[in-house]
Amino acid sequence: MVHAFLIHTLRATKAEEGLCRVLYSCFFGTENSPNDAQPHGAERDRLLRKEQILAVARQVESMCQLQLQACGRPAVDLQPQSSDDPVHLRESPCGAFRLTAGDPFQEPRTVVWLGVLSLGFALVLNAHENLLLAEGTLRLLARLLLEHLRLLVPTASLLLRADYIEGILTRFLPHGQLLFLNDQFVQGLEKEFSAAWPR
Amino acid sequence: MFTTGAESLLRQARAGPQPESRPVTAQGGVSGSLVAGLPTPSSLFRELRDEELGRLCARVCALLREEDWGPDAPDALRRLFLIVSATKYNRRLERPCLALLQTTLCSPTCPEQLQLLCAAVLREMSPCDSLSLSCDHIQNTRQLGLVASVLLAQGDQQQVRSLAQRVLKVLESRQPEGPSLRHLLPIVSKVTSLAPDALREEQTRALSKRLGDWLRYASVQQAVAHSSGGFFSTPRARQLGPVTEVDGAVATDFFTVLSTGQRFTEDQWLNVQAFSMLRAWLLDSGPGGSSAPDADDKSELEGSTLSVLSAASTAGHLLPPQQWLREKAFEYCQRLLEQSNRRALKKADSDLQKACLVEAVLVLDVLCQQDPSFLYRTLSCLKPLHTRLRGDPAWVRALLPVAQFFLHHGEAAAVDAEAVYQHLFTRIPAEHFHSPMLAFEFVQFCRDSLPLFGRSLGILRTSFPNLFKFLAWNSPPLTSDFVALLPSLVDAGTAVEMLHLLLDLPCLTAALDLQLRSLQAASERPPWDVSIRAPGCLEALRDSQVQGLFQHLLRAHASGTVERLTPLYRLLQPLAGCARVVQCAEAVPTLLRAFFSAVTQFADGALASQLALLLLERSDSLYQVPGYEAGVHRWVPPGGLRPSCGSMAQPWTGSLTPRALPLTAAVPQLPPTPAQPRHFLGHCTHPSLPTQAPRPRSLPERVSPLLKAQFMRAHPRSSPASSLVGQEVPGGAGTTFTSTWCSGASRHRPALLGPGRGAGVCVGQAQPTGPLAQGAELPVPGPVQAASSTGGRAGEGAAGVRGRPPQRRARAHIRGEAAAAPPQPAPDVRACHRAEVLSPTQVWAIGEYLSVSWDRRCTVEQINNFFEALEALLFEVTQSRPSTTLPKCPPQVITVLMTTLTKLASRSQDLIPRVSLLLSKMRTLAQSAATGSTPGEEGVGAIHTRATELLNLLKMPSVAQFVFTPSVEVSEPRYHRDTNTALPLVLRTVSRLVEREAGLLPG
Repeated sequence: MVHAFLIHTLRATKAEEGLCRVLYSCFFGTENSPNDAQPHGAERDRLLRKEQILAVARQVESMCQLQLQACGRPAVDLQPQSSDDPVHLRESPCGAFRLTAGDPFQEPRTVVWLGVLSLGFALVLNAHENLLLAEGTLRLLARLLLEHLRLLVPTASLLLRADYIEGILTRFLPHGQLLFLNDQFVQGLEKEFSAAWPR
Repeated sequence: MFTTGAESLLRQARAGPQPESRPVTAQGGVSGSLVAGLPTPSSLFRELRDEELGRLCARVCALLREEDWGPDAPDALRRLFLIVSATKYNRRLERPCLALLQTTLCSPTCPEQLQLLCAAVLREMSPCDSLSLSCDHIQNTRQLGLVASVLLAQGDQQQVRSLAQRVLKVLESRQPEGPSLRHLLPIVSKVTSLAPDALREEQTRALSKRLGDWLRYASVQQAVAHSSGGFFSTPRARQLGPVTEVDGAVATDFFTVLSTGQRFTEDQWLNVQAFSMLRAWLLDSGPGGSSAPDADDKSELEGSTLSVLSAASTAGHLLPPQQWLREKAFEYCQRLLEQSNRRALKKADSDLQKACLVEAVLVLDVLCQQDPSFLYRTLSCLKPLHTRLRGDPAWVRALLPVAQFFLHHGEAAAVDAEAVYQHLFTRIPAEHFHSPMLAFEFVQFCRDSLPLFGRSLGILRTSFPNLFKFLAWNSPPLTSDFVALLPSLVDAGTAVEMLHLLLDLPCLTAALDLQLRSLQAASERPPWDVSIRAPGCLEALRDSQVQGLFQHLLRAHASGTVERLTPLYRLLQPLAGCARVVQCAEAVPTLLRAFFSAVTQFADGALASQLALLLLERSDSLYQVPGYEAGVHRWVPPGGLRPSCGSMAQPWTGSLTPRALPLTAAVPQLPPTPAQPRHFLGHCTHPSLPTQAPRPRSLPERVSPLLKAQFMRAHPRSSPASSLVGQEVPGGAGTTFTSTWCSGASRHRPALLGPGRGAGVCVGQAQPTGPLAQGAELPVPGPVQAASSTGGRAGEGAAGVRGRPPQRRARAHIRGEAAAAPPQPAPDVRACHRAEVLSPTQVWAIGEYLSVSWDRRCTVEQINNFFEALEALLFEVTQSRPSTTLPKCPPQVITVLMTTLTKLASRSQDLIPRVSLLLSKMRTLAQSAATGSTPGEEGVGAIHTRATELLNLLKMPSVAQFVFTPSVEVSEPRYHRDTNTALPLVLRTVSRLVEREAGLLPG
């Protein structure tokens, strides 16, 4: 089960150096807090979730930068040359790391992340998920989002097209359930999505 | 209660509306386009005022009230979503707006796009107190899914349970052409993970039965295309052709996730859903799971909702539902194992095959844990599977669950799984260290399986050189995992070798880099830093000696031997600037900390001493990565060599006079002693003084590692073993000045040197064996000899004092390390250079710890012995003539010597006149701008200042004693923080006195 999905910026522009921005995030259900005798109030719970997501995003950003550095790839010239350039998701940096219980989630989690140009995509998973499946699903989601939201077109806005993201997630990651979808299933779902959201 | 992490997050979040904190977390910071530098609308959304939000809400309400939800509605809702989600603080929506959003979400005719947006806004608002959403009357399963997502986001357990009941009800309704059930299964899966008790026992059993049916009896025919309405709206469409395997062949057996076709039927979708949730379901509903014990109640079977297709099954009907599901799951997994052997036509399917294989093995593992009767059937297919997988590098990640299976069941099945682990730990890290995901999974596997290894733990432990390859290559994500893993990896037998390897970790990174460069074809290379080219390294690798070292560094298992890798450091130097190497170097101090905290749990005195020595001896023989040596030094236990007074020296010197900075620099620049190294050094002192429990640390023991370190630095080529054995030193050869002034000391240990052997330079070098190996007697001369060895070198460097020809001196020196070594000046030069680094530390330690407050055996006589030795040393280093071949004695050594002598004199006051005389001489010497090996102008200044200060202090012997030998408790922080305690006051007073006197006295 996936606990959360998020999209965030990876390399902020010079003016915003050091700021990692979450562009979209989605929790699938909430963490139980059985030891929590008194409810903390809605506002505080919401704040905590937002901070948890941001903590993940920051870690992903550091991991991604460290991996790029280690591979000797400069961070600057990763902007696409033109919108026609295909994005090679296979060559994009990707990785996984573990979050111990209590930091920032109550239960131990695994984060699988993928950095595509200046966007980071990440899945926050339960501790013992099938990572091969999670990695495949994350790549699939990233590809679909890039294609259908046409993120590489300069004027495209991810922020004002939340319904696209939601539409993709409800089909390919329903309620955070990782699905074993073979290529034909993916194509079928994609057709269904394209019919509902003409580009 | 919230955990600490959560608390700290919240604290940060509440730290106030700092300009940083709001925008940082607020989402939607930049335009979603990938092109940077566009104006960002985000702040507009984040800082939107309430009245503007009110206007937008009104507009949304107006649009949603329209009958057919005009084209503007999605746009307005998208904006609303962005505004709500773009801040971490709550946005208040008016009640009518909230109510309309919920109504729209539940409206049966509303288009999906709008419903998704309504659900997204409501989810972003949640947890929300004023929500009245209910799923009770929703029939459309897709819509139910959306409502469920909002309800689940509320975090209310009661709501989760009622949702579960509603979903189950729809699921059980079994209308022939009813709603698509595939939207419901993920909700069930989520709900059971959030609230394991949400389903009643009979519901769990019924669903298990149906899951088994969906797994095993999905249609093997493809669905036909429909012109409209989507293929899933009519599940039993006219069928057209059988499904195929991933390699294009017609399916020979039942449908699985690896069966493919043009269109899929509803039950094929359910098959995919069922397999996707299978493992979690088995775990949650099985024995030991949180709900529904595996009741062998066959009567339940009759009441279960059998699918039409399952009627075909025969014997299965007699099984209770849980067992039925396991049986079907087993068949499914077996079929997947068979299907994973096919060559997929598409890359995506080939990836899916691997994921399926992993899942199948994990499910089989669960099945065997829940019902051991599956074990033999499973083993018969897993053994050939392992053989197949180990031959194909593409499937390497599937080997981990197989190994885990053998770990769980190897013993029960009486299978010798050693071969599986051997292969796993020998081949995989060495060949696949550069795959970040595999590295992560492998380390996770080791971590999670630790309790299971049992007698196979030895394989894991001896494989640490291989496991460290993962760490060396992927240090950022793996460091914390290794910190957790280290306590289980290290034992007394491997601690020394592991510490060496930890210190060589950056070098290992560079070696792995080089190995990849040399081995692989360009096309197969994983990405690495191409900006660094090292053609020379590759060529030098052909050298046989280097090859040997290289192979040693890249060994797969602990070898029990230690090699000096210095030639390799030089060879790999071009790679030291690689970001990967630097990253690894940054992780080492953390790992060392974990290592030592693990080692202290079991190390006895001998091992602890060995490790302390090793650290000291390696402290300057590290791979030269920028900042690495400093990083290691900043942490390692030598800090602990100044046990509780650690923080004293620096405030002391600092407050005395800022001009004494060279001296301060010479005193070890270490942070206040961390608790663990101190603990560790507690071990170092081992049972040397069994009768003196209160003060277990004897001085020589504290100092002797330093001596050893110094010896190792000066004699880098000699092995530790040979250096510890008393070497043959003919009496005449080593009789430098040192031997004369050390003679008093050497009287104390005739046994060590034996008759007929003089106290040459090597005397000091041989000495450390005493306190380290036995520590039985009080070997007074330890520090003296340390000093003497320095003095010896410095003395030898000082040509002509004794009229000895330089060659002779060199010989005398070299004989200490290896008789066969040809005379060469290098060691002497190095020794002098090193003196700058080390001698002050060591001399400082003598001054600091040679006191009754540390060891009551520090009698006046002992102090006098030390004093004499150091006095002679100071004399020798300052009186020697300048030489072109040898560097000058650094001023730090001289100032520290003077301070130490003064400290000793303050403890044995008869010595005060002597030291005063000496200090006056030093001042004069400095004034006359020093010939000899005294240093240049800035050094002269420092020496002069220091001598003046010390002289002034000695004029007030009681003050001097207080300052130079403070009571042990001054190391407590309170004495430094609290201005009202005596110490800062006294120091300020003394400092003023000294400064004033210095000002009054003519220079």
